Amino acid sequence: MVEAPVQPYAAQTVNIEKYFGLVCALKDVNLEIGRNEIVGLIGDNGAGKSTLVKILTGVFPPTSGKLYVAGRQVDFKTYNVQQAHAYGVETVYQDKSLGEKQVLWRNFFIGRQIMLPFGFIDVKKEKEIASEIMLNTIGFRGKGITVDSKVSVLSGGERQGVAIGRAMHFKAELIILDEPTTALSLKEVRKVLDFVHKIKEGGKACIYISHDIQDVYEISDRLIIMDRGKIVASIAKEEISLNALGEFLLEYAHGLKDEAES
Amino acid sequence: MNPKDSPLAFLGRIEGLPILGVLVLLYGAFFIAAPSVFTRPLIYMSFLQTIPPALVLGLGLTLVITAGEIDLSFPAVVALAGFAFAWTFKNLNTPFAPWIGVVLALAAGALAGYLNGLLIARIHVPSIMATLATQFFWYGMTILIAQGLQLNIKEIEDTAVHTILTGRILGTIPAQAVWGLVLALFLWFILNRHRFGEAIMFIGDNPNVAQVMGINVETTKIRLFTLMGVIAAFAGLLLTTEINVFYPTQGQGYMLPVMAAVFIGGTLISGGQGSIVGTFFGSYVIGSLQAGVVATGITSYWVQSVMGLIMAIAVSINVMIGEGRIAALSARIRHWVVPAHLHTTGEPSARTDASL
Repeated sequence: MVEAPVQPYAAQTVNIEKYFGLVCALKDVNLEIGRNEIVGLIGDNGAGKSTLVKILTGVFPPTSGKLYVAGRQVDFKTYNVQQAHAYGVETVYQDKSLGEKQVLWRNFFIGRQIMLPFGFIDVKKEKEIASEIMLNTIGFRGKGITVDSKVSVLSGGERQGVAIGRAMHFKAELIILDEPTTALSLKEVRKVLDFVHKIKEGGKACIYISHDIQDVYEISDRLIIMDRGKIVASIAKEEISLNALGEFLLEYAHGLKDEAES
Repeated sequence: MNPKDSPLAFLGRIEGLPILGVLVLLYGAFFIAAPSVFTRPLIYMSFLQTIPPALVLGLGLTLVITAGEIDLSFPAVVALAGFAFAWTFKNLNTPFAPWIGVVLALAAGALAGYLNGLLIARIHVPSIMATLATQFFWYGMTILIAQGLQLNIKEIEDTAVHTILTGRILGTIPAQAVWGLVLALFLWFILNRHRFGEAIMFIGDNPNVAQVMGINVETTKIRLFTLMGVIAAFAGLLLTTEINVFYPTQGQGYMLPVMAAVFIGGTLISGGQGSIVGTFFGSYVIGSLQAGVVATGITSYWVQSVMGLIMAIAVSINVMIGEGRIAALSARIRHWVVPAHLHTTGEPSARTDASL
């Protein structure tokens, strides 16, 4: 059962399949995410993106197939969200990453507090480290936001920044951004993209899921296109222009349409 | 000018300050309106004697409401625990009877609370329904087992348990007031400095976030309701040993004043944020109102209206502070006082508009 560690990849899936009853949600998914690679995951609704993400993050296991995270094979019998965190897989969701009425330093350490004896929290240390992360990892500077600010005073983009900074602090090898820019203004989207650049600079890997092809194209090293539970293309950014990518996706949609009609 | 830089903005960050202000104003008003009563220590000793059971209940309820839940069963748990204690004391013929009574009462509270927790966290019954049901159940059981009769335990006064729970320290200060203070300090640290308290806040804020961030929501809720049961039982002990009698409807009438004390203290009804300090002062405000208003000599018909008025004012102040409006208000006042051409910076809402 034990195979040689697959060192070059932050995550690798081998023939992952997922059935919900008789419905096939994922088929033969073979995916490799490089150690310091930003991968854009594109696909229509129902393409299987979120199913794949949920398998990677331990929400549910696949029907069959293997998953390696940072070279270690995942045992799906025990793999859950906590274990995914321990393996270095962190997810930033559109809206459920932070407690809104809570101060920032609590949000950084929730679930992974710095402890004193008897279950008490080392507040001083948590605040120190939290402000360190804010300044150096995600670069919040002089906006009147401190670690004692509540999340509710942060803009949508800043919130995603906090979630990304938290993931990086906890040594995430792979950060999955699940539609992080939905419902954000253009200016806020820009902020989120800047935070994703920090992931790249920090030497970590990222899967970026979005409907906005332009954003995905800008941020990614490689683009993976999914359709109906399969990976249909994996293209390095240098090999394709944004226009060509748009046309490719459009053609693909047409091609499928024709296929469906015939 | 930025509301965050307002000279009054710091006030909103001191926990429990608004309700402490209300308490001071209230006592000031009583002092002026009924000097013959309020210049003597007797009335204060009486408050320290009667308020602690409600305070203890309020402290526990603060945690429950912070978790976004509610407990309506605590008055019945007060009666259940009171009965468990009084019955054991009367029927067990050993010198340890009062201590066994204390243990059984707290155990009964823990059991009632644990059952609440199971219903709410495991079967996912909304807490308002679950605890409404258990409220009826435990009152029913208590009356049934007690056969509707009260139990006089006058002899309790000679026991160490009585001295420890509700004796008079140095002959004057009621011990239950100290218990209330100690419990408040303890629960403040639990809520604000312990991971259990942090879990409570995140669950009340957004259970999905709590789950995703690795908090065991189910276990935390069960523990929380068990704790609430023990705290309610403790309040029942304080009440029963103070008045030396158990009666089956004991605890009834605590429900609404205790909730009022929690809410005027600044704990959010929507969950996610709770103030132990606020509940502490809030309990003294609510507990002092009735006696205080009566002492001022205005007809007792006024009592409820005045209570309602004071609650409405206290809660309004909390809401305003919660939304930073006090700070905005002080900025606005400055705007009126200082001529417009002297303003060098932008509008009061600079941060919210420009940087969002």
